[in-house]
Amino acid sequence: MEMMVLPAIHAQFQVIWPGFTLDVDLDLPGRGVTALFGHSGSGKTTLLRCLAGLERNSNGFLHFKGEIWQDSERGVFLPTYQRPIGYVFQEASLFPHLSVRKNLDYGRKRVNSGHKVSLDHAVELLGIGHLLGRMPDRLSGGERQRVAIARALATSPELLLMDEPLAALDLKRKNEILPYLERLHDELEIPVCYVSHSPDEVARLADQVVLLAEGRVIVTGGLRETLARLDLPTAFTEDAGVVIEAVVADHDEAYHLTRLDFPGGSVVVARRPETIGRRLRFRVHARDVSLTLTRAEGTSISNLLPATVMEVADADTPAHVLVRLDAGGTPIIARITRRSLDHLGVTPGKPMWAQIKAVALLG
Amino acid sequence: MFGEFHPALGNADWAAVWLTFRLASVVTVILMFVGTPIAWWLARTRSKWKGVVGAVVALPLVLPPTVLGFYLLVAMGPYGPVGQFTQWLGIGLLPFTFPGLVVASVFYSLPFVVQPVQNAFEAIGPRPLEVAATLRASPWDTFFTVVLPLAKPGFITAAILGFAHTVGEFGVVLMIGGNIPEKTRVVSVAIYDHVEALEYTEAHILAGGMLLFSFLVLLGLYSRKAATSWK
Repeated sequence: MEMMVLPAIHAQFQVIWPGFTLDVDLDLPGRGVTALFGHSGSGKTTLLRCLAGLERNSNGFLHFKGEIWQDSERGVFLPTYQRPIGYVFQEASLFPHLSVRKNLDYGRKRVNSGHKVSLDHAVELLGIGHLLGRMPDRLSGGERQRVAIARALATSPELLLMDEPLAALDLKRKNEILPYLERLHDELEIPVCYVSHSPDEVARLADQVVLLAEGRVIVTGGLRETLARLDLPTAFTEDAGVVIEAVVADHDEAYHLTRLDFPGGSVVVARRPETIGRRLRFRVHARDVSLTLTRAEGTSISNLLPATVMEVADADTPAHVLVRLDAGGTPIIARITRRSLDHLGVTPGKPMWAQIKAVALLG
Repeated sequence: MFGEFHPALGNADWAAVWLTFRLASVVTVILMFVGTPIAWWLARTRSKWKGVVGAVVALPLVLPPTVLGFYLLVAMGPYGPVGQFTQWLGIGLLPFTFPGLVVASVFYSLPFVVQPVQNAFEAIGPRPLEVAATLRASPWDTFFTVVLPLAKPGFITAAILGFAHTVGEFGVVLMIGGNIPEKTRVVSVAIYDHVEALEYTEAHILAGGMLLFSFLVLLGLYSRKAATSWK
């Protein structure tokens, strides 16, 4: 049975700088990964810093699991070092004068409460056991960031804040760290706020999404529902798409294919290494979905799903529209031309077939 | 007693060398304690007074030592505020004493300590302090476990410059300390005396010693910088 997750964090902040204002009011759940998502300059890092208490000139209110960390009206401000948080900065921020082991110990030995996350566990989770004796300048960028994450975890934080931990890394290093972040997602029972401007990272790691633009919260909600919404600002619709969580159902060894099942259908993808029964997330971009009135025959596209039109909305260009469909409980978004919309007579309630040209597997 | 090794230098000269060393050591230690908080404040503050304080600290770099010495002499004299205060404390007047020389030298060498330490603090930037705070370190804890170790090269530079600059002072010493053997007669003043008395051999030995000392100090300083910048 799934429990309702009550909001454990209530945050309300105003930060006013010349040319930029952050003004947010939001509730975050007590567990799972919340992506603070938006373009650069949208205020996502500032919001994260407010949660950590690193923005002293923020005005507002912050309530964390029954404790008040900030209440500007009553002059309450819990300094950062008294908040049970872990913070991972965008660039590697290890203390250069301390070895990896001493970096890990720095925060851990200053925490006196019972260690929920043991050092060994953090070291094992991030795969850095072989690096303990090294100095930070002898580590690669990816290794440094893994140590920084382990260092934050080793303090047994009750709230983990991560500011684009992968942004400063190249694709190879990103792919080196992402599996560790996914393990964190699966194993940690604390809320995580993860700042990102990469839709793929968000799709891979997040449970909830807070979409920010120009210092304001535009949309907040579950990952799948939020990405399936059509009313997001134009900037996001050029990359519109949905995330589907599926289970590895079958392998076809002759053709080197794998079938992934999800509520409402299945897709066939190139052979995956995962064993049957494993969960996998994949992303379907709206531009990779086309619509037909009947089940297409004689096509090379093998992923066809029956779906019902739910909603039609403007896309990023006047020539296109976004169509949201329901495939047996799974939302799908298609980006088609306005001419096709009229030719096919696409209206809400109409049953159609969605042809999926490509899926992007996440992890 | 040192005269046996260097027949050309009398006991008075060795006393001057020893006094110079003592003065520079005491001044350097005091400067590290006085200069560090000033440097920290200058590196971190956004106050409008930053420029004023920075300029006051830097004044000895450009003022003739006699100007600084003159004002200090007046302030520490019997009718000056510092003089009144020291008399009230019962320790008498500072001019023409070793403590007076120490006080004057602290002012005189202050920028040579504050500026390298301030540069080191500024180079650290706010990020390591924020990282330490997220790892539960209080501001004092952060200062001792993160800031001091990271600023160590700046402190070493500051101590070397503060020491060497105090050894090399002349004008302020003459104004405040005069020329009292074993109390205020430092090497630079002793050289002046020898030259006045046409004792060129002694002057050569002391001046050559100062030249060698200063060169070695700066050599050490600059080769250390080259070595660390390669790291």
